[in-house]
Amino acid sequence: MRNTFAKTFLEAAQKDARLCVVVADISPAGAMDQFRKEFPERFINTGVAEQIMIGMCAGMSMRGLKPFAYTIATFALYRPFEFIRDDLCYQDLPVTVVGIGGGVTYSTLGSTHHAMEDVAIASAIPNMRVIAPCDPEETRAATNWCIGQEEGPVYLRLGKAGEPLITGNATSPFEFGKLRYLREGRDACVLGYGPILKMGMDAANALEDRGISVAVASVHTLKPLDREGIADLLGRFSRIVVIEEMVPQGGLGDAVKVIAWDGGLSCTIKCLSLKHEFIHSYGSHGELLAVHGLESRAIERALDVA
Amino acid sequence: MQYRRRILDISQKVSALHAAPAFSCVEMTDVIYRGLMRPAEDGKGFSDVFLMSKGHGCMTQYVILEALGILPSEELDRYCTPQGILGAHPDRGNPGIEASTGSLGHGMGIATGMAHAEKILRSGKRIFAVLSDGELQEGSSWEGAMMAANLRLENLLVFVDLNDFGGLERMSESHAAFYPVQEKFESFAWESAVVNGHDCAAMHQAVAARRGGRPYALLCKTVKGRGVAFMEHVPIWHYRSPNKEEYATAIRDLREVSA
Repeated sequence: MRNTFAKTFLEAAQKDARLCVVVADISPAGAMDQFRKEFPERFINTGVAEQIMIGMCAGMSMRGLKPFAYTIATFALYRPFEFIRDDLCYQDLPVTVVGIGGGVTYSTLGSTHHAMEDVAIASAIPNMRVIAPCDPEETRAATNWCIGQEEGPVYLRLGKAGEPLITGNATSPFEFGKLRYLREGRDACVLGYGPILKMGMDAANALEDRGISVAVASVHTLKPLDREGIADLLGRFSRIVVIEEMVPQGGLGDAVKVIAWDGGLSCTIKCLSLKHEFIHSYGSHGELLAVHGLESRAIERALDVA
Repeated sequence: MQYRRRILDISQKVSALHAAPAFSCVEMTDVIYRGLMRPAEDGKGFSDVFLMSKGHGCMTQYVILEALGILPSEELDRYCTPQGILGAHPDRGNPGIEASTGSLGHGMGIATGMAHAEKILRSGKRIFAVLSDGELQEGSSWEGAMMAANLRLENLLVFVDLNDFGGLERMSESHAAFYPVQEKFESFAWESAVVNGHDCAAMHQAVAARRGGRPYALLCKTVKGRGVAFMEHVPIWHYRSPNKEEYATAIRDLREVSA
């Protein structure tokens, strides 16, 4: 996802001289390094100084440029939070804040590097939009949307590198603010966002072998949320599992239940998320998610209820 | 002196005004607007950019923008009312207001971004910002100062209102390690000068004597509440509006000062 973002950004930046990147001491790998070499003035490294990363983006945007702030998600959003709120959101500036390693992607680095609450926090600020693509292809489309928009701030939550493609059979192309199905199904539906949708796909495949047909939906735009699309989904399936690599509060799970309640719907909704805990455990991304209770077997169990 | 009189008149309509921190930066802000900012080619407003980083000083900016014909007088008459557009901190989008400030320590970063943008755009535009001494206690101000020097933003000129008071107390007594200020800017590779912030000619001369090539800090020694004797150096006037009797005394004081 990281590399796809950089490649997509470089291609656009070669045509649009207003595009800039402001990073806070994060290594410019791959295409981002190429961008830096081609456009040294438009690649700014503030050093370990995230408040100024956001403040500079605000000032550059006010003078007509299109800056992207880019660093590890916790440092992109939490450290300079009030700058994001006051400089970007209060003034409704078209700046994209890119958070790398959303959720517990950096699984060996401890909770200082885990963006476990980012979607809830970013969504709480007026004017902020929140997008969390699930694979490189969706990242490309989401990045292009961020590049093309001039309306206001966006938090773009990405994973790291090496995420598999899971949108190859999606029923529709990426459209900002609209969920889309990555696979169709009849009996139940998994919906979520970000790279852990791969887990939903794995669970759906496993259940298909047992004769249970499961759809998977990518709710890549968390804000504004596709309330109509979710209401439609809840009306079509009696069993719903929401998966999200985020704390249980303030995310998609809560929102889906509110939509179901508001619509008077009687489907069964189970929510699987990160625990609301700082977990002192280390390992691969998958291993840490499993400690949080997020694994494809857990999704299968949640779906396979009578 | 007309600016302070106008601010005092408006003070009778609201309970919270920030009169004293507005009075300390009257001359600094006036020098920037009337002496240093270059007019726009179309004659409307300026080609250079002004940022009131110490948002609580915006009454001064408002009355100067009013005198320049940029901000309508009716809006100042509707200050802090539901019918108006002006609040006690600047709001981006209002006439002459480039950024919404009020939370301290944001202006240096925004101004640095603006100055770098104008450099990328090869516009030749300069960014002027008025900062308070109190907001230099925010680490973000120094993040910005370092970065502005790293980027050699010679088109960034910051005027610091050294009135020696935060909202609570005298900084040179409560936070003595904050001083000296000039050495801090110089050590971060800024060019700087120290002047009397109520002496317009001195400020003009200092900026004219600038060597250039680096961001510039004009450190302006000022008096908080300047112009009204009972407000000078008295912390409560950071927040309070004068009552009727105090207003009458203040107006009389102003006359004495101007006489």
